[in-house]
Amino acid sequence: MTSIHPLQYLDPEGNKTQDLPNTCTSDWLLRCYHFMVLSRQFDTKAIALQRTGQLGTYASLLGSEAIDVPTALAMQKNDVLVPYYRNHACQITRGVPLEEVLLYWGGDERGNAAEKMQQDFPNAVPIATQSLHACGVASAFKIRNQKRAAVTLIGDGGTSKGDFMEALNVAGVWQLPVVFIINNNQWAISVPRHIQSAAAQLADKGLAAGIPSMQVDGNDPIAMQQAVQQALNRAYEGKGATLIEAISYRLSDHTTADDATRYRPSDELKVAWEKEPLKRLRNYLVSQQLWDESKEQALHEKISTLVQTAADKYVAMPPQPVSSMFDYLYFEPTEQLQEQRDWAEVRAMTGGSHYQEGESS
Amino acid sequence: MKHNVCLLEAVNLALASEMRRDEEIITLGEDIGVNGGVFRATDNLRDEFGVKRVMDTPLAETMIAGLSIGMASQGLKPIAEIQFMGFIFPALEQIICHAARIRNRTRGRLSCPLVIRAPFGGGIHAPEHHSESTEALLAHIPGLKVVIPSSPARAYGLLLAAIRDPDPVIFLEPKRIYRSQQQEIDDNAIALPIGRCFTLKEGSDITLVSWGAMISETLAAAEALADSNIKCEVIDVASVNPLDMETILSSVKKTGRLVIIHEAARSGGVGADISASVAENALLDLQAPIARVTGYDTIMPYFRLENHYLPNSQDIIDAVTQTMEFV
Repeated sequence: MTSIHPLQYLDPEGNKTQDLPNTCTSDWLLRCYHFMVLSRQFDTKAIALQRTGQLGTYASLLGSEAIDVPTALAMQKNDVLVPYYRNHACQITRGVPLEEVLLYWGGDERGNAAEKMQQDFPNAVPIATQSLHACGVASAFKIRNQKRAAVTLIGDGGTSKGDFMEALNVAGVWQLPVVFIINNNQWAISVPRHIQSAAAQLADKGLAAGIPSMQVDGNDPIAMQQAVQQALNRAYEGKGATLIEAISYRLSDHTTADDATRYRPSDELKVAWEKEPLKRLRNYLVSQQLWDESKEQALHEKISTLVQTAADKYVAMPPQPVSSMFDYLYFEPTEQLQEQRDWAEVRAMTGGSHYQEGESS
Repeated sequence: MKHNVCLLEAVNLALASEMRRDEEIITLGEDIGVNGGVFRATDNLRDEFGVKRVMDTPLAETMIAGLSIGMASQGLKPIAEIQFMGFIFPALEQIICHAARIRNRTRGRLSCPLVIRAPFGGGIHAPEHHSESTEALLAHIPGLKVVIPSSPARAYGLLLAAIRDPDPVIFLEPKRIYRSQQQEIDDNAIALPIGRCFTLKEGSDITLVSWGAMISETLAAAEALADSNIKCEVIDVASVNPLDMETILSSVKKTGRLVIIHEAARSGGVGADISASVAENALLDLQAPIARVTGYDTIMPYFRLENHYLPNSQDIIDAVTQTMEFV
């Protein structure tokens, strides 16, 4: 079994539980806090847009900030992120513009096409499938002798799927430069962790594949930074894969289409909020005289403007032309598709059976 | 250089030939390395190209497909072997939800130039789950191409095309005719087009459309019918997605009669789609109803009954005769 004490540097109140690593400079801490606040404000805005009919079903990132932000900060620009659908904090920290992230959740494939995504994968919606893509990306790095790593995240529910086990297995036996991060937020929609798996720790699943595996306090950004940085270094040095189980809590519903009050005890949520990641880092920053109330207010105002500007840009973005359904399926559309594209374009025209005002065809 | 090869050897020849030209090509699958594949399609590749390019994988089809997608997103060209088509099903989520979609969902930012090869079809007295023909399942999926060779020369030329294609191609090899026909082919690196039918025999009375191992039965039937002075035009579809309806329609417009032959189950088969397209586009050119000679809508039987399931040349002759006699 893996260690029963998750790696931790800050307790829930933001007190040091051990000496901090040298890499956690005040610059890094402030940068990390900035992106955590940005992610959370983005989340609040996204939910507001969904509630007012301006965004599709949206998966909240609330409670994952201390996992995703340090992960993105630890990665090199040319590493590849292979996310599932709750990693927008990671995407935002890697530089994907907020309006592009909104565009994705607004039902528009262009949100997966952001230039800043470089070679990162789009969100995997089918559970656990992304774990294998990360292994394929990592195989390419290994074959080409590149010092790069693939980083992939998954929920606790996803670890029950075969794809995840097959990915761990091949990553172990081929010593692939990949970092697996489980966001164990205790809930897979309505199914709690204890009926998901009899494994004492989800990290134990990596051990069967011969992969160094560890539990980390997923509400502690410093612990996450350390764990991910070490895992990345192992990958760059050709030492193979690492599995990190980050213990966190899904402070939100599963998505905006879900109502967690149907299945989740409210006192459990209350306890979880006491351990939440932003407060923890902020308390520590204050204790180090790096932060105060006025800085907090200034940051919130700055970020609030950023988020609102992005939301405005997103809302103003016209839909794609109907032809885009056909144009990206293959490198070149087949004859059948060209014919059907013509039909769709005619139907989308003024007077056509699919005409919608304000849409270009 | 000329080689006298069977279909299986033509696959091997194309793989080696293209791997020499393009260092980004990686082959992976179960038993494809030291063993050269259970049918020997990848024989000697590991010796020539090494373990980094000819990878024996753990026994996990989902993984083989998922890994190939990741590699392809980095610009490698993986050629994965699924040992038998009956074992492709665990990989379908990866193939359908990701390989087929990634170009579209990223608006071209990422793409998936991979080939998945799998032997398919019955007729070799194989174990259960080793004889199915489920090409229609894959042909139905937008974003995939599904290619089926029926001779050594077409196996060579179409496999080259599949490897060079910028999108995912499923390459189904009719194992019943893996070794049944030798052909002299030139290893000249010339690919054949994907999405084009091949007219194997011209004729003015009736059009016979087929693919895969059924081409052999169809050609045999056409030969026998020639003795009764029925001139059959034989078309090898070769690519069930995209489907070259232009060639089929122009043939039907000439002959006025159509028989479609496939080994796969009848309902929801690719033959139904061809039939519908002909009805939509050439109904008034038809002098007789379209006929289909196909497998039954049953599970592919275990081998003692497989000959009852597989269409043969006599079934085709009967269908042609009935179609010719229709007034």
